[in-house]
Amino acid sequence: MKIWQALKEAIASLSANRTRSFLTVLGIVIGVGAVIGVLSLGQGAEASIIGQIESIGTNVIYVFRGNTLEDVTNPNSLTTADADALANRTRAPHILNISPVLSGQSSVRFGDESTQTSIMGVAENYAEVTGIELSEGSFFTESNVTNRSSVVVLGPKLAERLTGRQTELVGTTVHINNYPFRVVGVTKAKGGNQFSSPDMDAYIPITAMQLRVKRQTIPNAVDFLLIQAQDSQSIDDAMQEAKSILRTSHRLSSRQPDDFTMTNQQDVLSIANSITSILTIFLAGIAGISLLVGGIGIMNIMLVSVTERTREIGLRKALGARKFDIQLQFLTESTLLSVFGGLIGVGFGWLLGEIVGAIAANSGTPLVPQISLNSVLLATLFSLAVGIFFGWYPALRAANLEPVEALRYE
Amino acid sequence: MEQTSQASMPVIDVRNLTKDYRLGEIMVPALRGIDLQIFPGEMVAIMGPSGSGKSTLMNMIGCLDSPTSGEYYLDSLLVSDLKDDELAIVRNQKIGFVFQNYNLLPRIDALENVTLPIRYSNNTANMRQRAEAALQSVGLGDRIHHKPNQLSGGQQQRVAIARALVNEPAILLADEPTGNLDSQSGKEVMDLLLNLNQQQNTTIVLVTHDPTVAAQAKRIVQLFDGLIKTPEAVS
Repeated sequence: MKIWQALKEAIASLSANRTRSFLTVLGIVIGVGAVIGVLSLGQGAEASIIGQIESIGTNVIYVFRGNTLEDVTNPNSLTTADADALANRTRAPHILNISPVLSGQSSVRFGDESTQTSIMGVAENYAEVTGIELSEGSFFTESNVTNRSSVVVLGPKLAERLTGRQTELVGTTVHINNYPFRVVGVTKAKGGNQFSSPDMDAYIPITAMQLRVKRQTIPNAVDFLLIQAQDSQSIDDAMQEAKSILRTSHRLSSRQPDDFTMTNQQDVLSIANSITSILTIFLAGIAGISLLVGGIGIMNIMLVSVTERTREIGLRKALGARKFDIQLQFLTESTLLSVFGGLIGVGFGWLLGEIVGAIAANSGTPLVPQISLNSVLLATLFSLAVGIFFGWYPALRAANLEPVEALRYE
Repeated sequence: MEQTSQASMPVIDVRNLTKDYRLGEIMVPALRGIDLQIFPGEMVAIMGPSGSGKSTLMNMIGCLDSPTSGEYYLDSLLVSDLKDDELAIVRNQKIGFVFQNYNLLPRIDALENVTLPIRYSNNTANMRQRAEAALQSVGLGDRIHHKPNQLSGGQQQRVAIARALVNEPAILLADEPTGNLDSQSGKEVMDLLLNLNQQQNTTIVLVTHDPTVAAQAKRIVQLFDGLIKTPEAVS
């Protein structure tokens, strides 16, 4: 008995029981659909997160106080003086821009509307370093920073929350920590997530931050430094230069370890990558359980089918079918069911991804589901395996029926 | 000389065959030592009351079941100790089955039903032509694409006979072939079997409890309580 013939017979026998076949296939459709949907959303989320990180620029280095790998007693705080030292073009030719960052939570008020949000005290080149673009107005200038000017750039969501609009805000006044600040610009929406969105931030000169919002016990101390390398190739050189400059300014002897830690976008990127991958695999695993349930459905219906067709099996054996022939016949049916379900499931998963993606886009989080050829192949192979695995036992049971008993079965 | 020695070799040679069935705790003997030879070209009717063991003997001859003890040579091949898959090949090549309830697959047409034994054989050449020829020979050449439910009982049984003949088996084994048929269709089926026996020299073993059917066979074997009652009584 050839495979082709077995396939033909399986199609005939499955289409003889259309409703039942459809319902059985449904289990696999949902299982594969869930896996494909989750995978496509996971890959979409990964692309979106990576896109957001990359929009800051892959040539950005973060410098934090302290050392996570070695024990450092009394690490020096990072200060604006460090930032000034790093701005030395001759000692650090690969460094393009530096912005110290001092952030804190504070109240922001416009008229009667007030909210609590994070205020970022930064230098004038922060926008350039992090790739922030403005929808109106402009970022504050170097002289604003030197003069401790009370000027602010608002994130679009924050602006919306306070004023109910995102435009025609330049020149208006908001109160931060009860000090009046003049709005000089509004940033373009960047997206983000539930926990941190740059669109809810307000940016003010770091000097104004120190003076009006967050008083520091150590003068000029900042949370971290942002360094922009010339380009992504020179990032290692830039890190070396920054390291040597900071070691000098912190007066560390050659035996002392660094009292600061540097990471770059590449590291952040690979961490984000692995986090989303783990989440995707985890969710796909959960979705895979429904595929398993679908497989059990196939097994169940194949067992019913074997019982129903006991006489047929007996007859086929009387006509000369060997065990293998019978087993092949039933395995072909179960595999056909699951692969058919798998293929529909891919379409269903695609639809699922698109729907969730559309909902996400509507609520302001850009998420474009991506279906890779790999995940389609994986789902198809997996449903093939499910069909063979869960069809095996019913097929074996059919193959091992005694011809006499089977022929006598009513 | 050669011809007579061929003819004297029995196609079915059963020696001291027994079969016990387990019924709960006790063993029930269904066959208690059967000796039976059937020669090529014979038409033999096996008769007996229900419980006499005629179905069991039929299953043994048809290689559907293995005996508890004894030997069974089919076409000079000792089949009583073959394995399952080897028996399947023997059934496919040497035995044609005709059942009381036809046992046609309802989903497929007459032609497909007749090709089934060819599909399970090694020789699938000219499958369609051979199946068509078999249907022609039972007078159903114009019904090859009818499904079983579009055929009368007599026609269905003739499809089953075509299916039994398509691999040119050594014996045709018919279990109550007219049991489900009205007298007219029954007569037609019997005429077909008689014709096959007389014209094609097909060896036919017939199980029946209908004396008028049995009377048309050349020889009647009476079974009673697992034994042959009137051994080799030629009518």
